[in-house]
Amino acid sequence: MRFVHFDKSIKRLDYVHLSKYFFAISIALIVLGVASLSFFGLNYSVDFQSGSNVDVTVSKSISKGEIESVVKDLDIAEGTTINVGEERISIRFTKVLNEDQDVALKKEISKLDESAAFEVNTVDTEMAKELAQNAIKAVLIACLGIIIYVSIRFEWRFAIAAVISLLHDAILVIAIFSIFQLKVDLTFIVAVLTIIGYSINDTIVIFDRIRENMRFAKLKTRDDLKELVDHSIAQTIMRSIYTVLTVFIAAFFLFLLGGESIKMFSLAMTIGLVLGAYSTIFIASPLWFVLKVREKKKPAKAA
Amino acid sequence: MKRIVAFITVVVVVSALMGWTTPGLLKSMRLGLDLKGGFEILYEASPLEAGAKVTKESLVKTAQSLEKRANKLGTSEPEVTTEGTNRIRVKLAGVTDEAEVRKMMKEPAELTFRSKDGTEKNADEYNKIEMIGTDFAENGAALQFDNMNKPQVSIKVKSKDKFAEITKRLLGQPLAIYMNDELISAPVVQAVLTDGTASISVGGSMDEAKELRDVINLGALPLKLHEKYSQSLGATLGQQSLKSTIEAGLIGSVFILVFMVGMYRAPGLIASFALILHTWLLIAVFAWANFTLTLPGIAAIILGIGMAVDANIITNERIREELRSGKSVMSSVKAGGKHSLRTVLDSNITTIIVAIVMYIYGTGSVKGFALVLIVEIVLSIATNVYFVRFLLNLLLKAGKLMKPKYFGVKESEIRAL
Repeated sequence: MRFVHFDKSIKRLDYVHLSKYFFAISIALIVLGVASLSFFGLNYSVDFQSGSNVDVTVSKSISKGEIESVVKDLDIAEGTTINVGEERISIRFTKVLNEDQDVALKKEISKLDESAAFEVNTVDTEMAKELAQNAIKAVLIACLGIIIYVSIRFEWRFAIAAVISLLHDAILVIAIFSIFQLKVDLTFIVAVLTIIGYSINDTIVIFDRIRENMRFAKLKTRDDLKELVDHSIAQTIMRSIYTVLTVFIAAFFLFLLGGESIKMFSLAMTIGLVLGAYSTIFIASPLWFVLKVREKKKPAKAA
Repeated sequence: MKRIVAFITVVVVVSALMGWTTPGLLKSMRLGLDLKGGFEILYEASPLEAGAKVTKESLVKTAQSLEKRANKLGTSEPEVTTEGTNRIRVKLAGVTDEAEVRKMMKEPAELTFRSKDGTEKNADEYNKIEMIGTDFAENGAALQFDNMNKPQVSIKVKSKDKFAEITKRLLGQPLAIYMNDELISAPVVQAVLTDGTASISVGGSMDEAKELRDVINLGALPLKLHEKYSQSLGATLGQQSLKSTIEAGLIGSVFILVFMVGMYRAPGLIASFALILHTWLLIAVFAWANFTLTLPGIAAIILGIGMAVDANIITNERIREELRSGKSVMSSVKAGGKHSLRTVLDSNITTIIVAIVMYIYGTGSVKGFALVLIVEIVLSIATNVYFVRFLLNLLLKAGKLMKPKYFGVKESEIRAL
């Protein structure tokens, strides 16, 4: 069976060709992200910085000045940042509040608003760092697991392309959070893990189609291979679009309506889902093509 | 005809089962503190005496005593778990007075009997630790009255010999009782105590005596605790967070269901049913296995539902592809199912591998996330692959669904073979 028999009625883009530009864009974004990470770093929430964070949900508006004077009276003002929103006041202490200060602060604020609800987080940075380190370790070992499984079920080129594509998604989400200085808390780690889970799932689906098409294909030239990749993407693109759309909408609603504490989490997920679909089509599959073409050039080594 | 009856029976029975059990399951669902509010403390344990080691046994023992205390505080369902080699996590829901809790949990950590070793800076100080919390018998403290009818607390020690040796050495000298670094009393040893019991006079008040008794009974913590991390979330905030998250989840789910039916018609309807069943099973597993639902758990559920929807989309797109190529409905479903199964399994297994690694190497929320994901993928394969096929085949064999339009494929899209 030759590719001439492929259904021409399926509209398709020259994905492999286009991917050159997307490679360039992705590399540029990653460079930008890494630069941003090294210059500005991440806007760590209290989870990663020693100190206390007090979030107060209030039923009536309290001015910043009122909170400031409370903090000042209690003699805990040093290094304090106060953010006053409509229903939520966030007070960040660079020092860990002790129990007495904690109690005193709540008492004073409750005087301003009887129905105020509090969320207090105190952390020793070690804990958060340990969690992040363990997560990174887990991701790297998981990558190894993917490489082994995909190499057995497919071939090593798919494995490498899939892992690069998922690391691409993870790095870009982290980069975007750095560039826009969005708040990074513990749930962010979970979000990045979710993105990786989604990204690998998405990538395998397209790879599976490429593998399937390979079985009937006689590939003689580079163009044959290119056409195969383009065709495989075209065959699965509706599924990619539908899936990302449904999951995206679910994550987006969560971002819009979900609880305050998972806002950043949902945002990371929403961005990551789009990235995952993008990288599967424009990074993973073309990358496999690039690796595969190199094999074609060395026929002696081709099995 | 038989098959259509079977189809209807399965759908009705499963729906009834879900409808009937859901309220109960939701009620017995354990929610994490991030969803219902509460107070969480992570302690790091260190040995009471310098140079000693924290053993697994002492850590578990400390956790048990902490749990006893938490129960005594009247909090609902305290969760006390050990983590790693030297940590204890305490989760308490419905705490009204955090300061009180903190104090009660940690304060009676160190009951010590001390004597003077000559390095004291003032007369009321005792530097040499003779006995520590673990030397006292569990629940060995009791209230009694002395000759003057004043309340005192009698205590029992574990090792009679050790106590005898100490009292012999310190005969005529004071042996001070310390709670943490606070001197409670410093009675002078009147006699060598060989029976392993001693009495502590408190100085009059009955309440004080009772408090001391409780403190000693609860207080035999074998380890010293240091608060490493704490988090408190007001109950209303937690509920708000849960409520808005559920609302968002429901809206998202309705969108997904509408999309599936609109896009894939009959199989879409079956897929929607399977998605609902999948979510119900997940809740059932949570309730049955006594898992606690937390925010990372919700994240895993979203990813799992996404993957379950994906499995349906992959299968149905494949079936449509086959239909468009001109095959009959029967063989399209067969071929589509066959081809998509491998795809779905491969993509799900890769994600399971990621989840398993995260479960093994991750800590805290990462672990919880991974566990939920693993359970969900397994459920998803059962419902969104096998159950969906079963229902679809029943309908097909019953002679229903014989037109491509039931699959959302227009006649004009079909090519001749």
